[in-house]
Amino acid sequence: MAHIQLPDGLPGIRGAMAFRPETAKPLNELVEILLHAPNSLTPGERELIATYVSSENDCYYCQTIHGAIAAASLNDDESLVKKVKHDFQNADITPKLKALLVIAGQVQKGGKHVTGEAVAKARALGATDLEIHDTVLIAAAFCMYNRYVDGLGTTQPRDEAVYRERGKRVAREGYVTISKEYLPATV
Amino acid sequence: MPHIALPEGLPGITSGFAFRPETAKPMRELAHVLLHGPSTLTGGERELIATYVSSQNDCYFCQTSHGAAAAAHLGKDTGLVDKVKRDFLRSPVSDKLKALLVIAGQVQKGGKHVTAESVETARQQGATDLEIHDTVLIAAAFCMYNRYVDGLATWQPQDPAMYSSMGEHLATHGYITPSIEVVPT
Repeated sequence: MAHIQLPDGLPGIRGAMAFRPETAKPLNELVEILLHAPNSLTPGERELIATYVSSENDCYYCQTIHGAIAAASLNDDESLVKKVKHDFQNADITPKLKALLVIAGQVQKGGKHVTGEAVAKARALGATDLEIHDTVLIAAAFCMYNRYVDGLGTTQPRDEAVYRERGKRVAREGYVTISKEYLPATV
Repeated sequence: MPHIALPEGLPGITSGFAFRPETAKPMRELAHVLLHGPSTLTGGERELIATYVSSQNDCYFCQTSHGAAAAAHLGKDTGLVDKVKRDFLRSPVSDKLKALLVIAGQVQKGGKHVTAESVETARQQGATDLEIHDTVLIAAAFCMYNRYVDGLATWQPQDPAMYSSMGEHLATHGYITPSIEVVPT
């Protein structure tokens, strides 16, 4: 049971967002820019960063829905998503993405954990300043979203099929569009 | 030196915001709703929660700028702000705020650290569901802002006058407009 009275029937962050539409608006706009808007990192790469950080933070809802969105962006390759969560250094992804995941993992531990060496390595593998910036902010933002979802004790159904279907829709439509299902028309 | 080429002369988060205005906009709006928008918690109470979490995350820029904003709300009582950071249970704040700070400290450690007991204590001290929600989200949001500021290794000057002026601006105008005058060099 959630720590506060959240609307019924909306799992994870959706219940919290429906409870407080004023904060839901910037929360959805931020994730839309970071994960769905045009970027030199693909949506699949960015969703893998979000999934990895959510996994490190042990947030079931976030790692499962973003893992599903990542898979939907990566030819439904769910095994690649699982490999990235558990052992990304040996996953079939680019060396650049591995270097960015190292930075994301450092951010997850705390901002001061990010090393000049990790940043230099990412840069040597072709990462731009904007890609490094967005990696740091995606990782930081999921340290927020994960705490928000678990800190309120939200409902998190364990049926992966539900996440798989929704993941396909979010990958297609983006976060702001799909949020209109559960947020009032105007805030 | 920052990890990436951030605009020079801008302290802390303001350099990240100037580097990437697209993400700055919702980040500013979120802080504005949480810390400056209408709420049954005062601006001072909410800034104390933000300051405490930033202190637990050891982020100098955030704890100092939000500490200054808290002091600006609270009759310039910087002693109270320091006391809340170090030992809030023995500081002269309300029992309700102490209970909310306990929840904020749990969120800082991780979402699953929040206990039903601490939520119940806050409720018994008069906290509403909305106040508990906002406490959780303020604490979670500062786990983002703090990591953003330190994760980019932003420039964080140790200039008390600058933070005091920023705090006045934040307490008066909130977070939508920049709190720092960009002086061309």
